[in-house]
Amino acid sequence: MTVIDTNDWRIALIGTPNSGKTALFNALTGSRQRVANYAGVTVERKSGFLQTASGHRVNLIDLPGTYSLRGRSPDEEIARDVILGKLASESPPDFLLCVADATNLRVALRLVIELKRVHRPMLLVLNMIDIARRRGVDIHLDKLSAELGVPVVTSTAVRRGGIDDLLRHIDGIAGKPVEAIVASDWTTPAVSDLRTAQREADRVIRASVSEPTKPDTWTTRVDSVLLHPVWGMIALLLLLFVMFQAVFAWAEPVMDLIKEGFDVVGVYSATVLPEGLLQSFIQNGVIAGVGSVIVFLPQILILFLFILLLEDLGYMARAAFLMDRIMGGAGLHGRAFIPLLSSFACAIPGIMATRVIDNKRDRLTTIMVAPLMTCSARIPVYTLIIAAFIPNRPVFGVLGLQGLVMFGLYAVGIFSALAVSFVANRFFWRDSATPPFMLELPDYKLPQLRSVLMNLYQRAMAFLKRAGTTIFAMMVVIWFLASFPRPPAGATEPAIDFSLAAMIGRWIEPVLAPIGFNWQIGVALIPGMAAREVAVASLGTVYAIEGGKEAADQVGHMLAGQWSLATALAFLAWYVFAPQCASTLAVIKRETGGWRWMLITFFYMLALAYFAAFVTYRIALALGWG
Amino acid sequence: MIQLVECHPEATIMSDFETSTPDPAETTPLGLAQRGFSGRVSAIMVDGDHLGVSAMEIERRLLELGIVEGVSVQILHEGPIGRDPIAVRVNGTTIALRRREAMAVMVGAHDRAAKSTA
Repeated sequence: MTVIDTNDWRIALIGTPNSGKTALFNALTGSRQRVANYAGVTVERKSGFLQTASGHRVNLIDLPGTYSLRGRSPDEEIARDVILGKLASESPPDFLLCVADATNLRVALRLVIELKRVHRPMLLVLNMIDIARRRGVDIHLDKLSAELGVPVVTSTAVRRGGIDDLLRHIDGIAGKPVEAIVASDWTTPAVSDLRTAQREADRVIRASVSEPTKPDTWTTRVDSVLLHPVWGMIALLLLLFVMFQAVFAWAEPVMDLIKEGFDVVGVYSATVLPEGLLQSFIQNGVIAGVGSVIVFLPQILILFLFILLLEDLGYMARAAFLMDRIMGGAGLHGRAFIPLLSSFACAIPGIMATRVIDNKRDRLTTIMVAPLMTCSARIPVYTLIIAAFIPNRPVFGVLGLQGLVMFGLYAVGIFSALAVSFVANRFFWRDSATPPFMLELPDYKLPQLRSVLMNLYQRAMAFLKRAGTTIFAMMVVIWFLASFPRPPAGATEPAIDFSLAAMIGRWIEPVLAPIGFNWQIGVALIPGMAAREVAVASLGTVYAIEGGKEAADQVGHMLAGQWSLATALAFLAWYVFAPQCASTLAVIKRETGGWRWMLITFFYMLALAYFAAFVTYRIALALGWG
Repeated sequence: MIQLVECHPEATIMSDFETSTPDPAETTPLGLAQRGFSGRVSAIMVDGDHLGVSAMEIERRLLELGIVEGVSVQILHEGPIGRDPIAVRVNGTTIALRRREAMAVMVGAHDRAAKSTA
């Protein structure tokens, strides 16, 4: 047989949340997958290829998980539109692969019954069949298939050989001309349709499945601790503590290594290149700039590792359960917990993760406050200033003052996020709907290393791409601003005093003076818009170019000599709130589909930042720390 | 922490919701039942729109999670604050929902289960 290369056969993978759909997608396509966005919307489009035994190339599309085709959220709307062939950018799939968790058939079969009305050729895949069998669930496949009127095949996405049956099936149908398709007669199911469909699904299950009355005792037992009102909260707090401990402690050796690596490259470039503009550009602009960003890769990877593991394990939904009332008090949905937690790594994935919130209003509130969570890009700014200005003396014997200040900055971020959302709910959203909090708590499952690593790799690439493009471009700009125009011949002042950066810094100085910022800070804030951490590099650049190479190694020392404590504290306060990240703002614009929410977020954060820095500076001055 | 201890399921004082052990012959809203309650759904009756969400939408969402008449339910866990939300075992799956929405789910207690728990 020959490979059909003109028109790949297209299969859409659809299923309810927690059906193991993504694991199956990974097993089928391996590393031959592509993550992009659907045209015009912000929903992630995951597709991949697989080659069947007889040589057919199949294009597999992983649709967002959905309980029905109603389209309650942007993700679910995409799933519906792809299946109904309504999306202009997508040709309708040739075939539907409906994935069901074999241990949880009720909801999945109701979806199958709804999908039948679309009249597309379809195959039902009973995933996680191994777990179902171990629990003693006995599914009569022929009977199930006959009752449903849909062919059925079993799979275990996470086992070697677990998808052989499915692959054989796909091979058997791939490339066959699609039979004359009956037009879809799907309509949005009314309450009565859902009820009828669920009854029908329950009838099919009674006819074809003999279920033991033995629930997953393991999940129940673990939950009796992890969902316990007291122990559950303690476990959640412990988990968060371990997570952040890991982000700071484990990442350090790797970060030091990366830092040293870039230093070595920088020094080497200085020996190879002739002294002058090019050398300065490569060493101070390119290598130092990109290096100062890539250094955060270990932290981001560790945090995402935790988030992915907890997600796959099934704990994230439990965290939402435990946090729902606490978040609800501030007007947030329990599901907002996951995006906000992700925002501790970076607001960008956090804002992207708000897609799990199907209500627009809850989603917008979460997006608006996500940048207030202390992201990892703030860490270098905080550690630099804290190390330079806060003495490391013990407090109450056991706690360090530096750690306490760091903790305080995190606490202020969390508190202000809750406060802003509370205020937003009181004033903006008074008349709109509060959606119900209803979600499935899936049985615990061991995360699959392969799937976690693949996800982690995708995150790492996304971050590096950002470091390589946006941030790099901004570093070149700041280097240019700090280097041109060149000082006149025979000038005795530092070169940067003649630069464009100094002009801009001095120009905005009157605005920044009331909050204790000097013009160097003003200069650093401009490129800091590219990404917060760039401010550190920029301060380094500004002072390095001013004070020679030695100063670049010890920005902290330099700052300790140049800034007052009041200025340093005001700078920290500024950084808790400042909308200092162009990428975050760009993502907000993309996710909310317009300028409006981006501008609202930018200006409310800017106002808070200025206010916080002003108050901090004035109080510090009054305390005699000026 | 004091708040947490007060809301411990073994505590006898209810904070937000009054709970009761239902008479097997009667039906009560699931939203009022306590941890350990086990019974069968007799009706889904959403008593009107809530915070802007239409009654029909709440009913649809309950149905989509498999909560229909006749299905057996059991309250496995309660949230740490105000015993809310609740985690309900629905025929083999566990669903988390707030008591406010669970008020729409009318349930009758299983004869035996009601005695052995709570």
